[in-house]
Amino acid sequence: MAVTEVRWHIIAAAELAGLIAALVELEYDLIAPVVRDEAIVYDRIDNVQDLPAGWTDEQAPGHYRLKRRTDNALFGYAVGPQSWKKYLHPADIRLWSAQRDNGAFRILDQDTRPSKRYAFLGVRSCELAAIGVQDRVLFEAPNQDPIYAERRDGIFIVAVQCIHAAATCFCKSMETGPQTRSGYDLALTEIVGMGEHRFLVEVGTAAGNQILSKLVHKPAAEEDIRVAQTAVNAAADAQVRHLDTSNIRDLLYSNFDHPRWDQVAERCLTCANCTLVCPTCFCTTVEDTTDLSGDHAERWRRLDSCFTLDFSYIHGGSVRSSTKARYRQWMTHKLASWIDQFGGSGCVGCGRCIAWCPVGIDITEELAAIRGSEANGNTETRH
Amino acid sequence: METLKHVIEEHPFFIDLPAPYFDLLVGCAANVRFNSGTYIFKEGAEANEFFLIRHGQVALEIFAAQRKPTIVETLNAGEILGWSWLLPPYQWRFQARAVEPVRAISLDGKCLRAKCEQNHDLGYELLKRFAKIIERRLEATRLQLLDIYAAG
Amino acid sequence: MLQVEPTIAANPMLPAPYRVRSVSRDTRDTSTLLLEPQNGASVHPFQPGQFSMLWAFGVGEVPVSISGDPADSSRLVYTIRAVGQASSALVNAQPAGSVGVRGPFGIGWPVDAARGRDVIIVAGGIGLAPLRPVIYHVLRHRSNYGKLTVVYGARRPADLLFRKELASWARQPDTQVLITVDSGSQSWRGHVGVVITLFQYLDWQPAQSAAMLCGPEVMMRFAARDLQAAGLASSDIYLSMERNMKCALGFCGHCQWGSHFICKDGPVFPYARIGPLLQRHEL
Repeated sequence: MAVTEVRWHIIAAAELAGLIAALVELEYDLIAPVVRDEAIVYDRIDNVQDLPAGWTDEQAPGHYRLKRRTDNALFGYAVGPQSWKKYLHPADIRLWSAQRDNGAFRILDQDTRPSKRYAFLGVRSCELAAIGVQDRVLFEAPNQDPIYAERRDGIFIVAVQCIHAAATCFCKSMETGPQTRSGYDLALTEIVGMGEHRFLVEVGTAAGNQILSKLVHKPAAEEDIRVAQTAVNAAADAQVRHLDTSNIRDLLYSNFDHPRWDQVAERCLTCANCTLVCPTCFCTTVEDTTDLSGDHAERWRRLDSCFTLDFSYIHGGSVRSSTKARYRQWMTHKLASWIDQFGGSGCVGCGRCIAWCPVGIDITEELAAIRGSEANGNTETRH
Repeated sequence: METLKHVIEEHPFFIDLPAPYFDLLVGCAANVRFNSGTYIFKEGAEANEFFLIRHGQVALEIFAAQRKPTIVETLNAGEILGWSWLLPPYQWRFQARAVEPVRAISLDGKCLRAKCEQNHDLGYELLKRFAKIIERRLEATRLQLLDIYAAG
Repeated sequence: MLQVEPTIAANPMLPAPYRVRSVSRDTRDTSTLLLEPQNGASVHPFQPGQFSMLWAFGVGEVPVSISGDPADSSRLVYTIRAVGQASSALVNAQPAGSVGVRGPFGIGWPVDAARGRDVIIVAGGIGLAPLRPVIYHVLRHRSNYGKLTVVYGARRPADLLFRKELASWARQPDTQVLITVDSGSQSWRGHVGVVITLFQYLDWQPAQSAAMLCGPEVMMRFAARDLQAAGLASSDIYLSMERNMKCALGFCGHCQWGSHFICKDGPVFPYARIGPLLQRHEL
């Protein structure tokens, strides 16, 4: 892989139009952040005007608002309610269709391939980490999920180093950001203010280098690198939420009966928002349907949530019928069991679950409460 | 031919019972046999004995209105039949039927109760053993109550 | 950009069409289906304890343990109890009808690790079905195993499965079969009581035994406890767990139990590994 010897480059903000054009020309399905319905979500774009220039987000437990920035930054916000799993792990997809003739059936169609390869513009460090987490679940398992693989294959990723942290971000605790060092084709750090608007560009792959070569670029000066790094460090220092992951697996495994689970269950609505916005939640369900004749059947896969009452059952009924059991399952899986299953945490510290919980449950606070009462020697395990 | 005392000593229920007590027990013991189909006792009747089963199967039954009698437990050689003799009102709670020819040692309840009142140590030894049996049967009964094979 | 390997040849979510060769009604709500591949394809070999995902056309798909002889490669046999829509459709399948089959999946019974040992089978209700392949295997390779004991309980006499086979197994040398029901009518001359009440009649040596348990979770929990109390090592006791499944591939997430995916980390687990999990209510 021939990567240019110069590691960092500078492009003017105006070159982003050229970046977008280059990707569209190569027939990528280009996905990027856009403003819609008072949130920053992901959608197809073909023009730099579609990007959320001059917007930032204000986030807190159960709170998300877009606010105007004083500058024209294109990536001056954290993350919105959607994640890249919208494309990699589609929420609704037909697996196959079948026809029955004279008692025998045959499969008609099983093609689930997307029409184009994806290019993602604006992928943050926590989101790259989340893609990596889902890779371990759906891509590297002995049984690879073909739908994920079809979409993951050939992706072009333009990462964005974060210069803004929302109050809900805690990627620093989870060691997933705000700086990313790998997993991208190109990584941009936005330098904006005092009359200038440009990007520090890091090349990750030959494909990234090829795109960069189509843009007007020059090697970055020491000062550029320093300014960019300072901005990213500021995003790290600005984080107000922390999650202590030391010994977290044993902590949660041994606190199955902690009274905090009852307490959070009084607030949790089992609405499943957290699982919908979480970039690593992967659970799906399958629906078998027929048409009116009964001879044409389809199987659909849909995104599911462990918060639904019948998520886990045996013929005697639901296994986790209480809210407490379901919240505990989600949090324990995300922070602890995932480590045993896939070799690392399921949480990337993006904070979406905190912002989008209608009652503002904060996973960092819940974990701290359980950890804290243990440290105090609190033996409240009987209730 | 085995003596009654020897049979009692060998019965699993009395394992580890201190030797002197066997003489007390023998005084209340008798060999009994029941033909297949015989009711060993019926619900509501006075309970004045318990049985060490030596051979054959016994079915414990309950009958309810509009239902034929249901077997709720079966007991076999080595097991104990009956504890209603222990506590007032000394009345059988179920009926027990010999499913096949049954040989047992019957121990006279009135006789034993008197001896236990005089000798509390003997009483304690018997109660310990009965408590263990009742505990196991209660657990098993509760599991039956769960109706674990029912669908849904 | 990640280099990706080509995806595996067969889409694992596609059912293979199988023809229903025969259906026999075992009890009021249970049938045994014999299935043969429709397109002349060969049957995928299976390990005792593995399961397939069976699809009733247009109705739904459910995990069902294979209950046939692993040495018979011409067909797949399933004993199914009607507890929902899909299973009812399967129980009522007609000969010459079509059933979709995916699999086999999962980790099966430790028939290799149990070689040279006495084998104790403890089954409750439909749990005898996933264990029947072990019995077939042991009887077929008799000299590889010690004594075979089958301990089996059902709700009522009419719910007992495979009665003729149970009688025939009881007649085999070095084989003990103990049967019980939770309650019986007066015409029942067998044992009455839950399965664990049969353990007192085991003629066995715990130190050289391996036990395989399948049935309602509460039954397995109490049975494993009693077997261990009687001297069987927890590493020599195996349980087959059950949960709803949508994919059986470790993707849908539904069958998770603690950190285990029952579809691929089980369904058979050594008691030594999962004993404590059984005590966790609503895990």
